[in-house]
Amino acid sequence: GLPSTLRMTVGWQLERPLYDETKNFTCLDGSKSIPFDQVNDDYCDCPDGTDEPGTAACPNGFFHCTNAGFRPQNIHSSLVNDGICDCCDTTDEYNSGVICENSCKELGRKEHELLAKQAEVAAEGFKLKATRKLVGLREAKKDWEIKVSKLQTFKEETEVPEKEAKEKHRQEWEGILLCSLSSPSCTLHVVAFVLVFLRKTKKPEEDREMPPYDEATQALIDGKTFSIKIMIVDLEKELSLDLGRNGEFAYMYGKCFEMTTPEYIYRICPFNKIVQKPKSGGTETSLGSWGMWVDLGSNNYSQMKYDHGTACWQGPSRSTLVKLTCGRETVVTSTVEPSRCEYAMEMQTPALCQESRLQKQHGDEWQQAHSEL
Amino acid sequence: MLDTLEISQAATSLNLLHEKTQVLLKLEICGLEDNTVRFRITELETRRPRFEASDVLVGSPRTYRLSVEKQTTEELMLLGRDSLRISVSAHPFRIDVLSGGELVTSVNARGLLLFEHSRTRGNTLTERVSSTVGSMWTKLKAVFTSGKEETASEEKTQDESPEGEEKAHEEEPDLGTDEKENQEEMTEEEEEGTWEESFKSHHDSKPYGPMSVGLDFSLPGFEDVYGIPEHADSFRLRTTSSGDPYRLYNLDVFQYELENPMALYGSVPYLVAHSPERTLGLFWLNPTETWIDIASNTAGKTVFGKMLDFVRSANEGPQMDVRWMSESGIVDAFLLLGPLPTDVFRQYAALAGTQALPPLFALAYHQSRWNYNDEDDVLAVDAGFDKHNLPMDVIWLDIEHTDGKRYFTWDSNKFPNPADMQNHIAGKRRKMVTIVDPHLKVDSSYSVYNEAYSRGYLVKNKGGGDYEGWCWPGSAAYLDFLNPEVRDWYASKFAYDSYLGSTDILFTWNDMNEPSVFNGPEVTLHKDALHHGGWEHRDVHNLYGFYQQWGTVGGQLRRSGGNERPFVLARAFFAGSQRFGAVWTGDNLGEWSHLKASISMVLSLNLCGLSFSGADIGGFFKNPSTELLVRWYQAGAYQPLFRAHAHIDTARREPWIFGSDTTALVRTALRERYALLPYWYTVFYWAYRSGMPVMRALWIEFPKEEQTFMIEDEYMIGNALLVHPVTEAASRGVNVYLPGAHEVWYDVHTQKKYSGGQEIYYPVKLSTIPVFQRGGTIIPRKDRPRRSSACMSADPYTLYIALDDQKSAEGELYMDDEHSFNFEKQNEYQLRHFLFKGGTLKASVSSHIPPGKYSSTEWLERIVIVGIAQPMMSVLLKQPGSQDAPLAYEYTPELSSLIVRRPGVRLTAEWTIVIR
Repeated sequence: GLPSTLRMTVGWQLERPLYDETKNFTCLDGSKSIPFDQVNDDYCDCPDGTDEPGTAACPNGFFHCTNAGFRPQNIHSSLVNDGICDCCDTTDEYNSGVICENSCKELGRKEHELLAKQAEVAAEGFKLKATRKLVGLREAKKDWEIKVSKLQTFKEETEVPEKEAKEKHRQEWEGILLCSLSSPSCTLHVVAFVLVFLRKTKKPEEDREMPPYDEATQALIDGKTFSIKIMIVDLEKELSLDLGRNGEFAYMYGKCFEMTTPEYIYRICPFNKIVQKPKSGGTETSLGSWGMWVDLGSNNYSQMKYDHGTACWQGPSRSTLVKLTCGRETVVTSTVEPSRCEYAMEMQTPALCQESRLQKQHGDEWQQAHSEL
Repeated sequence: MLDTLEISQAATSLNLLHEKTQVLLKLEICGLEDNTVRFRITELETRRPRFEASDVLVGSPRTYRLSVEKQTTEELMLLGRDSLRISVSAHPFRIDVLSGGELVTSVNARGLLLFEHSRTRGNTLTERVSSTVGSMWTKLKAVFTSGKEETASEEKTQDESPEGEEKAHEEEPDLGTDEKENQEEMTEEEEEGTWEESFKSHHDSKPYGPMSVGLDFSLPGFEDVYGIPEHADSFRLRTTSSGDPYRLYNLDVFQYELENPMALYGSVPYLVAHSPERTLGLFWLNPTETWIDIASNTAGKTVFGKMLDFVRSANEGPQMDVRWMSESGIVDAFLLLGPLPTDVFRQYAALAGTQALPPLFALAYHQSRWNYNDEDDVLAVDAGFDKHNLPMDVIWLDIEHTDGKRYFTWDSNKFPNPADMQNHIAGKRRKMVTIVDPHLKVDSSYSVYNEAYSRGYLVKNKGGGDYEGWCWPGSAAYLDFLNPEVRDWYASKFAYDSYLGSTDILFTWNDMNEPSVFNGPEVTLHKDALHHGGWEHRDVHNLYGFYQQWGTVGGQLRRSGGNERPFVLARAFFAGSQRFGAVWTGDNLGEWSHLKASISMVLSLNLCGLSFSGADIGGFFKNPSTELLVRWYQAGAYQPLFRAHAHIDTARREPWIFGSDTTALVRTALRERYALLPYWYTVFYWAYRSGMPVMRALWIEFPKEEQTFMIEDEYMIGNALLVHPVTEAASRGVNVYLPGAHEVWYDVHTQKKYSGGQEIYYPVKLSTIPVFQRGGTIIPRKDRPRRSSACMSADPYTLYIALDDQKSAEGELYMDDEHSFNFEKQNEYQLRHFLFKGGTLKASVSSHIPPGKYSSTEWLERIVIVGIAQPMMSVLLKQPGSQDAPLAYEYTPELSSLIVRRPGVRLTAEWTIVIR
């Protein structure tokens, strides 16, 4: 059992003044009342585990470590006296024989440094994001405008031969009309043309339609304008891309980022595709094309899904889940393959950096923790 | 020829004469201690010695001298211990074994003795005769494998109809019976397949010609036979008259089919027959390709008409006929005469040994996957179990952790600091396992291969060069584990300074040791490949995995100076592999049918000595549904080896992947396993000590109850827990048979009481694992969940006492340091006995084994008694030298259950608790 000197202190959460040794103890769920000497006596009486905050007796209980100098923590009772140091203040291992070192100060210092650094990164990232966003949007807009005007020009250019062909066709048609109405100089084949046509047409006089374009003309129309149409669709798709709540991911669009492992080079072109290339050379493998944002429920732009990559032998097609976190630079930090052909990539971007609320909050906590010492 | 009789302490020997070929065989009949008889048939004179699998036996079986009761030219009656009589008849040759005045087994009653004597290739008259006989093996094989697509097109001597099989039987050499020589046979041409054989594109040179052996055993009075694993088939064996016989030939089978007698990864040529009157074991010690034909009431009835007078109406009752055929080697058969199941387990253990006592962690939960990709992945999985408050003991690394499938190495990109990684895992009091397969990458820069190559430690091809096959590393050579020197050298490879990056928490997994050869015949070594001592691979095939596991165990022993218990899992096995560790059912499928099949397969392995066995949780191939995965965890928690494993092409399936509900269900299953570890450990101790299986078919505990003989969807763990796993999708309930007309059973979750001898409908939810405690038993548990079994070592116990209809119960608890050999070397163990009778619970040292001297401070936290219906006034703890102390308690009349609060006594002390 618990040494009596510790009975009243170990594992108790200070802000819970519920343990009064002068009275019977009532389990926090109200299910049962027990004599106070059965509290922390290394036997579980309460179904909710609240009578044993300092021992491992209850399977569903929690142990509170204050961790002065670091963050307080509630750990599962199963970790109390199991021979492994879990609380940095060593209080969870008071009776297992293992010797733990108090590492709270060190952890606190490290965390403070880390948080400070993160906050710094976040702040910088946020600044970057703010400018990037505008720059990104501006660039994107410019980019699109250029594209649109180019297309316009291209469209006009391609329409020249099309127009000419159409014109020729129209003239021929008009010539026939003219011919059929007045001139005897019409050639025999023109007459035949008309006869054949008239036979097909019920009301030749009122709305005589232009016959279909010849094949060459039609091909001109189909080919060029169709590809232009596709480009317009693509452009529209691009315009419809969800580039973040405020377009903060726009700056990534059209760029690619690489990460090298000992074996492979991974390249992500956000909102477009991810590929893997063996370092030793050889062909690229697609790990997926842009699919969608995952878990956008709470407007949380932090996971991207790329799918329909190169199919695996006897398996599915490759796909990648990209997890984004706040960082000063846009950089891929890891790429792994947890399941065959299902990749997971981690990427940092300023676009996810929030205004440094974090820094303030954690700074305060840290101050508080230190004043407790 | 009964006049050749010689009798000694070791054996009674006789000569047998094949009347057609005039070949002399030597028959030895040995009386073995503990109601066992051994029959050996060898060649009196031979051109080439035949392989004898003596390494399978734990020692030379202890023989005693049989005495002659009666001897004529036609008949010999031998007398042994335990009312054993053995009658040998000369014409026709047969042996009848009588125990307690009853005929229990007849040998060669169907005249199927087969012994293809050694010969040289030639064309003399006698050779022709024998070669006709000799082609039987090929012929039978063709019959046996006909209809299988893989062989149909290639086998040359096809007999496709069932009549073909009959014909083959008729043509067996019938020693001593057939006086007339068949002229047609005399002149028949030598059949194809006698001296060489082709299978698909493979060729078997068969330089020694036909060498097969076979014998039939008739078992009057039996209708139910079990054993001869490994087959993905029912636990109770089927008769094979309408299909293929059961085949034993260790093979790496891709996505094996269920309800099929085809060969799988391991072989135990041991069959157990059971009837309400008697249990009997039949051990056919031959490690070559073996086929077993099982028939029921088909032969021998007319022969029985002529039986000895005192045989009680043997021609009336049921009978099973078991016929064994092996490709080479000798006839070496053991008849284990029981008569009780417990006797047969002890008798088999005396021959093939018992289960090695595993270190406790090996009985806990194992997390495996092909593959955990790198060190970060391993640490993340480890952290995941902690984060989700799930207990776990061992993380496994499959082949991808190596440098290009060179075992004993690490991929330096993915595992740059393997020792640091293991130290981190050790810090959680967990362990790791790496895979070490028997093939070696042919690569002159790979030191293990190089050394094996230059020392001549590799299996040779028929031409004498090193055998080269194709396996995971590409071109691969195969270590010749048959050679003791190779095993010794192999063991040295596990030393910490040889296996760099290994630490003392790293254990081993021997996969692919059938051995698997991707481009070999039936995905294994060629039969004419050569081993140490000049043996052909065909002579030793089924022992290859056995020998590798032996060498690996040697390595783990050596690295700890023989102090720490090894843990080695193997896929291929043979009789006796239990002495080296654990086995599993190989590459199963993530389907409901395979979950169900795991029960009958593991039951069969347990029956045949391999208690430490299990199936991949979730199924190796395919992605199981969440429901199937949960059900598999629930079933696996109640099978001896509890390991989750998955193919590289499957999606991740760590328990927390599927959301918090599923995580909670898996957590419950894992916690049940961990809470029961003291009970599992105690049951395993008895497997080690006496050969009793850990997982038992109901009939083992209820041998007289015929309703149990067919049951294979439920079973017992030890003698106290009955488990009926749910193995169907969307199940709302299962029919549970609760055996024993005078037994009572308690639902372990609700404590509800049921009487035995009935089938009940038991409703289930997804969270339900139907488990019942047998009235009259006491189960020790540790009810505090921890992250690993090592973290539980100082935790207190709870005793669960389930009273029988006499209001009594009894149980045991085995304790030691849970990892070392001090229990064997220093007697540092405790076997505690608990007896509840007349309202008093008495704890004392067990009288079943000599007292040990393990000391421990582990204490008793709680006692739960169910089935206690009396009104009570007090619960009093009595200890020698202390004042009686009243204990607090809580009684629930609706459930007749009493919880005694915190007795606080040590488990190793003597004490009584009196309830009034």
